[in-house]
Amino acid sequence: MDSKQLEAFDSHVAGEGKVEPKDWMPDNYRQTLIRQISQHAHSEIIGMQPEGNWISRAPSLRRKMILLAKVQDEAGHGLYLYSAAETLGVSRGEMDQALLSGKAKYSSIFNYPTLTWADAVAIGWLVDGAAITNQIPLCRCSYGPYARAMVRVCKEEAFHQRQGFEGMMALAKGTSEQKAMAQGALDRWWWPSIAMFGPPDDDSPHSAQSMAWKIKRFSNDELRQKFIDMAVIQAQALGLEIPDPDLKLNEETGHWQTGPIDWDEFWAVVKGKGPCNRQRMTHRRKAHDEGAWVREAAMAFANKQQQKSEKAAA
Amino acid sequence: MSQDQTEQEWPLFEVFIRSKQGVSHVHAGSLHAADARMALENARDVYTRRNEGCSLWVVPSAAVTASSPEEKGAFFEPSESKIYRHPTFYDVPDDVECL
Repeated sequence: MDSKQLEAFDSHVAGEGKVEPKDWMPDNYRQTLIRQISQHAHSEIIGMQPEGNWISRAPSLRRKMILLAKVQDEAGHGLYLYSAAETLGVSRGEMDQALLSGKAKYSSIFNYPTLTWADAVAIGWLVDGAAITNQIPLCRCSYGPYARAMVRVCKEEAFHQRQGFEGMMALAKGTSEQKAMAQGALDRWWWPSIAMFGPPDDDSPHSAQSMAWKIKRFSNDELRQKFIDMAVIQAQALGLEIPDPDLKLNEETGHWQTGPIDWDEFWAVVKGKGPCNRQRMTHRRKAHDEGAWVREAAMAFANKQQQKSEKAAA
Repeated sequence: MSQDQTEQEWPLFEVFIRSKQGVSHVHAGSLHAADARMALENARDVYTRRNEGCSLWVVPSAAVTASSPEEKGAFFEPSESKIYRHPTFYDVPDDVECL
């Protein structure tokens, strides 16, 4: 590696300069982004499953339309992100294979089940709320195509979080059974949601480099705190209780402090031992395999049409 | 490339959207499709779910010829050195209107 090039790159990025696909970049920067953007894309694609589970059983036509639109958005977000990753030289097929073979990771939150309708809306409120907290700073990421994709994603996800909160509110203000359902969903999704920001800062070895490269703007713990402060107030507005006996407001800092996060559980789910890891992957592989004939037929048709038009032109 | 040998990857298309009549098409991103027709329909579904456009272009990515970032300096130099092409280059009295 040319040290002069590296120096110029580092100072360009440090001065808030943006990086575009054909620009020279250190291989580590490229690989870090490929890993992060493709994992992000995989998360969107796998993330369709827990909510997709409730489309056919949504409690009203209105909720069904909303949920359909939301899940469709997740597919779209996955595609924006795959296309951003491809600008770094990785092919779509390689990324698909990495996901299908289990080599690539996706956000471990999607390995939890949606047991009731309340879980489907709790995802919108908490998981999308956490995702937005994470994604807003990514709109200023040094890599142009990723930042631009994030701008689109954030614009669209504002609706995801709001519909989730509205859905939670309908339950929380409903009958006692409905309120209990909402509380149950909060109990199940609270800890996985705050673990979503990743391991604590002192256990996050790649963060420093990502911060220096302006890929990451805030540390995992900073983002987590931002989300907790927001979610605690929102839970109060819903009249629901955060399932954490140690939760308290730190008067000095003005931030809400939680009890200890169970990182053993987090790592177990990352490593494949969550309640739905196998189900999510089995479903993804099945969808991929069952779509193979469609992809092949479309390509065969396109090739044939092209041959025909070439013949006609000859 | 570790993909199934039998499966040929769909070509990549760049997507451009005209947000409303009167403005240019602007690059929005890219997508894979078997042919241009499918690219257009997929672009509609992926990039214009919220009335973002009234017209779409899809262009095979392979058909784009791009200037190279390494030659950026030399390539754009002719316009950089000609500051007299900008109105601010000229000294004119402040009290003369419509200049």
